Amino acid sequence: MHPALSVIFFTTLSGAGYGLLAWLGLSVLLLHARADVMPALSSLQLWALLLGLVLSTAGLLSSLAHLGRPLRAWRAISQWRTSWLSREGLLALATPLPALALGLMLLWVEPGPGRAIGLGLCGLLLTGLALATVACTAMIYASLPPIPAWRHPLVVPVYLLFALLTGLALLFWLMALLLPPAGTGAAMPATLAVLGALLLACKWLYWREIDRQAPPATRGDAVGLPGRSVSVFERPHTEASFVTREMAFAVARRHALRLRWLASALLLAAPAAAWAVATALPVPVAPLLGTVAAALLAAAFVERWLFFAEARHVVTLYY
Amino acid sequence: MTALPPPSPKKLGLVIDLDTCVGCHACATSCKEWNAGGIAGPLVDERPYGREPLGVWLNRVHSYEVAASAPAQAERPAGEALLEAPAREVPMGAAVQKAPVGTTKVATPTPIGRDVRRSPAVEGGSAAGSAEAAAAAQPALTLHFPRSCLHCETPACVTVCPTGASYKRAADGIVLVDEDKCIGCKLCSWACPYGAREYSEVDGVMKKCTLCVDRIYNEHLDESERVPACVQACPTRARHFGDLGDPDSDVSKLVAERQGMALMPELGYRPVNRYLPPRPRRGADASDDGAAAAGDTVAQSPRHWLNRILGR
Amino acid sequence: MSAPAPNEPVLDLSPCPGDDVRTTTCYMCACRCGIKVWLRDGQIRYLQGNPAHPVNRGVICAKGAAGIMQHYSPARLTRPLLRVGERGSGEFREIEWDEALAIATGWLKPLRERDPDQLAFFTGRDQSQALTGWWAQQFGTVNYAAHGGFCSVNMAAGGLYTLGGSFWEFGEPDWEHTRYLMLWGVAEDHDSNPLKLGLGRLKERGAKIVAVNPVRTGYGAIADEWIGIRPGTDGLFAFALIHELLRMDRIDLDYLVRYADAHWLVVRDPGGAGDGLFARDAEDRVLCWNLDAGAPVPADASGISPAVVGEYALPDGREAVPVFQLVVERYLDAQYSPDAVAGRCGIPAATIRRIARELAVTAFEHPVRLPIAWTDAWGRGHDEMVGRPVAMHAMRGISAHSNGFHTCRALHLLQLLLGAVDTPGSFRFQPPYPKPVPPPNRPGSRRREDGSLDAPPLGFVHGPEDLLVDEQGRPRRIDHAFSWSYPLAAHGMLHTVIRNAHAGDPYRIDTLMMFMANMSWNSAMNTRQTMRWLTDRDADGEYRIPRIIYSDAYASEMVAYADLVLPDTTYLERFDAISLLDRPISDADGAADAIRHPVFDPATQPAADGRAREVRGFQSVLLELGARLGLPGMVDAEGAPAYRDYADYIVRHERAPGVGLLAGWRGAGGDAHGKGAPNPRQLQRYIEHGGYWREEIPEHARYFKMANRGYLQWARGMGFVGGTGAIALQLYAEPLQRFRLAAQGHGERLPPAAHRERVETYFDPLPLWYEPFESAQTGAAQRAHRGAAGGDETAVTPPSPPAGEDSHPYPLHAITQRPMFMYHAWGSQNAWLRQIAARNWLYLHPDTGARHGVADGDWVELESHHGRITVQARLAANVQPDTVWTWNAIGKRRGAWGLAADAPEATRGFLLNHLISDLTPRADYANADPVTGQAAWFDLRVRLRPATEADGRSRPQFAPLPGAAGTGAPLRYAGGRAGRGSAR
Ligand SMILES: Nc1nc2c(c(=O)[nH]1)N[C@H]1C(S)=C(S)[C@@H](COP(=O)(O)OP(=O)(O)OC[C@H]3O[C@@H](n4cnc5c(=O)[nH]c(N)nc54)[C@H](O)[C@@H]3O)O[C@H]1N2
Ligand SMILES: Nc1nc2c(c(=O)[nH]1)N[C@H]1C(S)=C(S)[C@@H](COP(=O)(O)OP(=O)(O)OC[C@H]3O[C@@H](n4cnc5c(=O)[nH]c(N)nc54)[C@H](O)[C@@H]3O)O[C@H]1N2
Ligand code: SF4
Ligand code: SF4
Ligand code: SF4
Ligand code: SF4
Ligand code: SF4
Ligand SMILES: [Mo]
Repeated sequence: MHPALSVIFFTTLSGAGYGLLAWLGLSVLLLHARADVMPALSSLQLWALLLGLVLSTAGLLSSLAHLGRPLRAWRAISQWRTSWLSREGLLALATPLPALALGLMLLWVEPGPGRAIGLGLCGLLLTGLALATVACTAMIYASLPPIPAWRHPLVVPVYLLFALLTGLALLFWLMALLLPPAGTGAAMPATLAVLGALLLACKWLYWREIDRQAPPATRGDAVGLPGRSVSVFERPHTEASFVTREMAFAVARRHALRLRWLASALLLAAPAAAWAVATALPVPVAPLLGTVAAALLAAAFVERWLFFAEARHVVTLYY
Repeated sequence: MTALPPPSPKKLGLVIDLDTCVGCHACATSCKEWNAGGIAGPLVDERPYGREPLGVWLNRVHSYEVAASAPAQAERPAGEALLEAPAREVPMGAAVQKAPVGTTKVATPTPIGRDVRRSPAVEGGSAAGSAEAAAAAQPALTLHFPRSCLHCETPACVTVCPTGASYKRAADGIVLVDEDKCIGCKLCSWACPYGAREYSEVDGVMKKCTLCVDRIYNEHLDESERVPACVQACPTRARHFGDLGDPDSDVSKLVAERQGMALMPELGYRPVNRYLPPRPRRGADASDDGAAAAGDTVAQSPRHWLNRILGR
Repeated sequence: MSAPAPNEPVLDLSPCPGDDVRTTTCYMCACRCGIKVWLRDGQIRYLQGNPAHPVNRGVICAKGAAGIMQHYSPARLTRPLLRVGERGSGEFREIEWDEALAIATGWLKPLRERDPDQLAFFTGRDQSQALTGWWAQQFGTVNYAAHGGFCSVNMAAGGLYTLGGSFWEFGEPDWEHTRYLMLWGVAEDHDSNPLKLGLGRLKERGAKIVAVNPVRTGYGAIADEWIGIRPGTDGLFAFALIHELLRMDRIDLDYLVRYADAHWLVVRDPGGAGDGLFARDAEDRVLCWNLDAGAPVPADASGISPAVVGEYALPDGREAVPVFQLVVERYLDAQYSPDAVAGRCGIPAATIRRIARELAVTAFEHPVRLPIAWTDAWGRGHDEMVGRPVAMHAMRGISAHSNGFHTCRALHLLQLLLGAVDTPGSFRFQPPYPKPVPPPNRPGSRRREDGSLDAPPLGFVHGPEDLLVDEQGRPRRIDHAFSWSYPLAAHGMLHTVIRNAHAGDPYRIDTLMMFMANMSWNSAMNTRQTMRWLTDRDADGEYRIPRIIYSDAYASEMVAYADLVLPDTTYLERFDAISLLDRPISDADGAADAIRHPVFDPATQPAADGRAREVRGFQSVLLELGARLGLPGMVDAEGAPAYRDYADYIVRHERAPGVGLLAGWRGAGGDAHGKGAPNPRQLQRYIEHGGYWREEIPEHARYFKMANRGYLQWARGMGFVGGTGAIALQLYAEPLQRFRLAAQGHGERLPPAAHRERVETYFDPLPLWYEPFESAQTGAAQRAHRGAAGGDETAVTPPSPPAGEDSHPYPLHAITQRPMFMYHAWGSQNAWLRQIAARNWLYLHPDTGARHGVADGDWVELESHHGRITVQARLAANVQPDTVWTWNAIGKRRGAWGLAADAPEATRGFLLNHLISDLTPRADYANADPVTGQAAWFDLRVRLRPATEADGRSRPQFAPLPGAAGTGAPLRYAGGRAGRGSAR
């Protein structure tokens, strides 16, 4: 599949944004009743809220660039009963609601039991919606039968893990910036490294499997002659077409492998190195975490590019 | 509405005869011209006279090489291959002489390329016995293959559409795009395994074969011309249009007779269109029967005809 | 009609397909199908096949359906052009028509007075030879021809000198009854849609189709059997089939003595002046030997028992043998056995034997019997028509070789032996054919009082006396047609004109006038030199070809080489006649002709830049030019133009009393068909009738046309034949023997010494096979080296098995095929067609690729004895391994055809023509058939190696033409409706 930059930006940025919102919601949910710590956290929470909304919205805007008729984008939410894209759109519109409510309460509602309950509910809702949005994004791909690599059961978990990982990295970075340091802060890159390792394990498993995946059909099947060995003699048109440009993108194996290693390195080595540095040296942790977050976003970007570039559409059987 | 309508009894579609298609592209250009001015139009061409011309086509014709399916067939007795040719022609009251008793074989039109591994349950391809498959050793072929929308019964191209622009008509099963609703997200093209959707970069909307819905019901056209443009154009008459939901329709009978195939039924889209596989080729390459060669020599010189009495 | 379900948008399912519809004739190619042009708001909404039309019965091909883009092509010429820059630079000044015609008149008038032959008038793919040939005749020049000489004159001549009809446009398989069709070297042909309709029909009926072709694409792809023959060896394959039929005695001798010349006696008198001619009696009637009486009798007598073999003494004492005896003697010889030819043809002997048996079984064990009573030419009644359901069709795979004439005759011989010519189930004639063998009209050669020629410049020579040569035996025509070099060049030789005009061989000409022929590019051999000859100057600075007038409708490569360009209309803007006097559109069951009539006035069809186009139909221009020149027949007694325009000419001109360009609705009342006085409302009647006319042949007259009294009477009534006598089909071509005798020193006109051996060798009255000249001559050195076949390589090569093709210095054959979706050069300007193929590749067999170290997609250098090109290769196994091929005429010169200079057609596409020499390797004759002068495009031999410099461009590249590159704007054609929606 053609790796369109607009879509890759969209899924990485909005993924990180929703991940951040999900963590934020979770933290609010867990801590909403703790009147002792909440005030200290509220500026962090507000910043996280802002960053999460900005990223997810930027992602969504970037996805509009992918549309042929962006002005009609509003139509995209009408088919939630069948279309994952529609569902994603709806959820993407719904997610900011609890986020905004949360922000409003943090800013203007006096602490008290009412606010605590409100915060708890909003936190729950926010986490749920943010993760559901990411899951819907993943399901857009995972529901397409012609692209077997995307049908893999790990696609949704990986999307979620990426969102959570990049979101968490951003949250940690904000924490390092905004909260008084507690210890070396090495636990944060450590957490990221562990999560990164988990993600990487999933991803390599995925890669291994799609490498071994037999195409769901042969060219013989595609032309109605199952069992015969068929090769292309002439394409219908000597130059490119929409189908060849959009669907018949091919990436060289060696190049793909290099990119896989690059993504892996960013994913695992960056937090691990930060962890090591933070443990060994008395350096401020915020810039470290900022670097890690950037590295993880880059990893997500590379992984997403591969996600498209390596996915073979059955229509390529015709070409 | 991207929710699929309840299955309609009427399933309009195309039946394309790969045995007869010569790959002339008439169906492709006639499709282009009708639809450029029709409900799917215009079908924009980018850089029409430039370095990389690229346009929207709702129908494209591919060419393939198909390898021989088994070692070349053994030479059959002289003429036998011919006798298998069903002589269905009898216009002008012609009576075609029957083959001598004993040499005639009833032709079983075994479509080549039937996959014996496929279970009969799989839609679109009834399985054939392995004996038949073994007999179907076939020479290499050049295959021409026109490709357009198959108007699937359960097409994900419709259900993935976020706007409702893609829809399947409840009345006849035609899958269409309502360009006024389309946002150009291209998702439907990703969801189509058959590459039947073509996005217009210039117009920002998705296009696809309309089954010439603005011809087949068109009261301004002569009844006999209410067929898709590609069907009307096809110079070998390899394209047929009709109701595949009606078992008694001509197209359904053709599909039954020639064991028409659905493409990649395993993907679950339940295409309506069918492709008729190439008929078995008669007369593959020969192994010599030298005996016959020597044995049927009757003339060795002009003298053989010396006493031939002819009248004129 | 179904109402939309709720939630579904409301669609207009019955949009009006247009506000007007016109019925005319397509000219996206020479097939001439009937089309309906739907208009909406003055634009073409849609083009479709006319279901009522006899040619295409409603279907349309890829080109025809893309006619919209041809009509609106930005490459259309817009105004007459006068050259201002160097010839070839493409620099012109736009002029008015009046000036253009005045210039042309000024050039041509003195020529006509001085020497009309100094005008060479050659037309290409045009279909108005009935007019152009007549115009040349009235002008008085012998130097006229159309494209047939480089196209398929081998098929025309091979057929007309054998059957009085031919595969090429004058015949067709019996689609309804044949059970076995052999296609020899056919990729597309002029009968584009009828062939496809027919093949579809055969498939439906379950007939077997055999494709004999080095490449398996198109029609070959759907054939039951593909015989991947080695190019140039079809004659041998046919002989082996004939050998087998003779060996098994599976011959239709009854047919042969009834309809052919099998029993005609041939004088056997070696060294005598009459050797090899038919034995004739005092009344000049050909004789046969009647076994009943033991005496010679006229061969066309009925109620006799003619001998088909044996040696008989004629009354004058000479010995004579029946034609069939000669046939048997030659083809039963072991040199034509399947085993002997298999290696050279690349076809297993067993396959040849099997095909022969299949032909015999089909022909003789499955005769088609139609219960239709008919009467033969001798008055005998028959209550049924019995036919041989074996049909053949052949085209340029046979004809475009230097042995094509004889190969074509070989195929007809094969058909005749099977009794499979114009019988139910076989090849059938299309009226006005068959004609007498050969047709009676000789080429014009003498000038009349008024300066016109005594007959049209093209015709059929019957013997040396009809040649156009001077006392020394030198050619009288600029193209050397009808000379001792190419005596039967019935269509002229467009491919030699430019070389000869440049060389002044046999004389210098003044003006070269061309119409619809892209002679500096895809229709030329030796393209590079051709461009040079067109621009070369004498010592005094004058161009060697002083003046070139050219009419084209589009910015082709050739336009740049004209001094005066006369812009033609598109095919939807003019009148044309598809005439029975020309290349008719008849089918085997009826005679037909058609017109093209303007759908648009060109003045209302602006050019791409919005300016009005001032273009005129060339035929009308020609008539006006003729009137300005005062040519006989084009001016009335007062010297005023005799015809208003071409439409007027179509209606009023009579070639002979009652015979005009169109056969339909003649006579004052419009009720005469075939012959009749001009009818002023004739064109109107055609237009009302969908643009065509067709007259069915009566049912009892549809087969055995050569000897069917019903047919012959009908045909005479239509003016197609002069009498109702049977037309005898000719296994033995006596006119060829007349040339051979001349070469042996008999008769009044003898070939100059230099040509004698050639004439004697190739004017064999029975078909023969020899290795195509390019193969033989380029392989000669090698062969001499091996000591295999010393001596003269042009001598007939015995069909010994080939000594491994690999040892040939040019081991591969290189050929082209026509793509079904493109017509020669002129499809590339078409925005839709060029998307199908904007470039071509060289296709080769994977084994060949492996042998040469060439992988799929590699760039390769291809070299012939004549030149070298660099092209991109593709591997595909559907080709005979010793053959490489590509699609014809996709490659374009940069800047031509309104395409951007970096269009793939020019940068990556290529022409094989750059490799094809216009002379044989020995440079003694044109690269052509020695009998007919047919261009031997497919004789090309090449060698191949990976390219040393590959920058993703094909070579050679030529200086770009200053064409206006099309705008880069997207094309949003919407057929008369403002484009739906708008761009974002
Ligand atoms: N290598 C190779 N070369 C070949 C052949 C081959 O098989 N292989 N085939 C040969 C054969 S058989 C042929 S017939 C020739 C064909 O070659 P050409 O006859 O030269 O064919 P084109 O180049 O398509 O067309 C000739 C010209 O007609 C012009 N034209 C088109 N429509 C009109 C019109 O309406 N009016 C006027 N006035 N001009 C018009 C086109 O612009 C073009 O310049 O090519 C020959 N060349
Ligand atoms: N679409 C389309 N139709 C056309 C034309 C066009 O340009 N485009 N041109 C028209 C014109 S001008 C002409 S003359 C006709 C020509 O009509 P065709 O003769 O059908 O055209 P070609 O492509 O020259 O076909 C030659 C075929 O012979 C094969 N061949 C080559 N050498 C040999 C050989 O030695 N033996 C055998 N058995 N086969 C051989 C080639 O592979 C090819 O398939 O088509 C006409 N129709
Ligand atoms: S062929 Fe493709 S576009 Fe057509 S209905 Fe099926 S899935 Fe949809
Ligand atoms: S491109 Fe248009 S039709 Fe296709 S899914 Fe998107 S909105 Fe629907
Ligand atoms: S049915 Fe109509 S839209 Fe579909 S391929 Fe045929 S011509 Fe094109
Ligand atoms: S028009 Fe008919 S023969 Fe031609 S490519 Fe299409 S289906 Fe095949
Ligand atoms: S075969 Fe030729 S004449 Fe007929 S529709 Fe096609 S282009 Fe036109
Ligand atoms: Mo031609």
